[in-house]
Amino acid sequence: MVTKRLEQKHSFGKRWTHWVNFPVLFVMIWSGMLIYWANDVYEVNAGPVAFHFFPDAIYRTFNLDHRLSEGMAVHFLFMWLFAFNGLMYVLYTVISGEWRDLVPQKNSFRDALEVMLYDLGLRKQLPPQGKYNAAQRVTYSAIIVMGLGSLVTGLAIYRPIQVAWLTEGLGGYTWARLEHFALTLGYLGFFVIHIAQVVRAGWGNFQSMVTGVELVDNKLEAKEPVHE
Amino acid sequence: MSNPKSPLSTPEQELAQRTRRGFLGLGVGAAAAVGGWQWLWSQPQMGGVPMPLRRVLDANARLTQGALFGDQHLAPEFPPERIQQIRANGDFGLEAPLDPESWRLAVTPYRGAAPAQLTLADLKKLNKLDYTAEFKCIEGWSSIVRWGGVRFRDFVSMYAPGAERAAFVSLETPDKEYFVGVDMASMLHPQTMLCFEKNGQPLELAHGAPLRLVIPVKYGIKNIKRIGAITFSDQPPLDYWAEEGYDYYAGL
Repeated sequence: MVTKRLEQKHSFGKRWTHWVNFPVLFVMIWSGMLIYWANDVYEVNAGPVAFHFFPDAIYRTFNLDHRLSEGMAVHFLFMWLFAFNGLMYVLYTVISGEWRDLVPQKNSFRDALEVMLYDLGLRKQLPPQGKYNAAQRVTYSAIIVMGLGSLVTGLAIYRPIQVAWLTEGLGGYTWARLEHFALTLGYLGFFVIHIAQVVRAGWGNFQSMVTGVELVDNKLEAKEPVHE
Repeated sequence: MSNPKSPLSTPEQELAQRTRRGFLGLGVGAAAAVGGWQWLWSQPQMGGVPMPLRRVLDANARLTQGALFGDQHLAPEFPPERIQQIRANGDFGLEAPLDPESWRLAVTPYRGAAPAQLTLADLKKLNKLDYTAEFKCIEGWSSIVRWGGVRFRDFVSMYAPGAERAAFVSLETPDKEYFVGVDMASMLHPQTMLCFEKNGQPLELAHGAPLRLVIPVKYGIKNIKRIGAITFSDQPPLDYWAEEGYDYYAGL
């Protein structure tokens, strides 16, 4: 019989900022939609496919219409929580040295493609990996850059005269607003894939994001790849 | 329940205990978040939003006006070929017919100086100001427009001397249906103008004829059309949209 032991997987600082970010980002996206509704001009037109952000049914179903002032008031409170929590995560990751497990390495971008093919069942072998696979390194780093991007584009449309240099650098006010919106779509895409991967990885992986530890075999060579 | 001090016999048991504790902690955190959210919305309303949200809007405004940014930054100007069509959005206070001949700007100067009734010709005696800037509506759209008028700063020197010592300016439509309050620093901004021309033509009625405020450092809601009266005060004057839950400062 294989004996098992508990191994520390996710540090306290990482779990704390992760679970704080979840509701805070949710409130930011929700209040952002209350704001966006007042000038909902974006649509995707790819040949025959057209999608308008957002169909009236979405506004009605989730009660998002005619709430601009409320959206702004909430957005401009929770922006501080979002920024502070993100800063705490980055500081923690840098000081603890955990960034080494997370930032992409030389081969990460190429390997990430192979991880993706593996996950889709199109490839049998995973490339060699550390605590996080190449796709995770790329994604978890990109999401932090995106968070910074949301703060920067957000500031550019929040105070476009005070930071006119920044707003102009992002292509002007209307472009900065579109960039801010596009980043939010990016979070939604991340969220869908993240949840699918968490479900796939199973209970042990999920509970380790809550408790910090997971049960591993004492024989380390049998270690399963980590997905989350 | 096992005694937490006694060593747990197996890793499985320890994991079970840590899982219970972990999810309990997560549950407590979630309950605290929901409780905090409910507390926020149970607070007394102040200008159409719960008090804590109003306080944060005001604090953000102070931060913007204060050392972090300062409030005399110029709005970027654009070449005339980038002028865009601007929609006529708000019509509060514009319903009554306007007789340009009998229109007057009622000025109540600061601290008891004599009130004045000004005509457009009186205002046009001041130096003309003309620039092309991006007008930004709080709804999220924006348009590049060329505006012509006179600096509010010059207007104060000529027709309400000393009034720059007041903390706020109140501007109202003649029927008092629409009214805004603006901090003095923003009113004295070099681009803040009493405007009577749009894109080189006299202002249309829908855009605020005969005289409107153009203040690029604020959202459109503060750019009041068809001004009938200007008053100076030390207390924040009533503001139409700030009563409906919007930021009083509404600064850009």
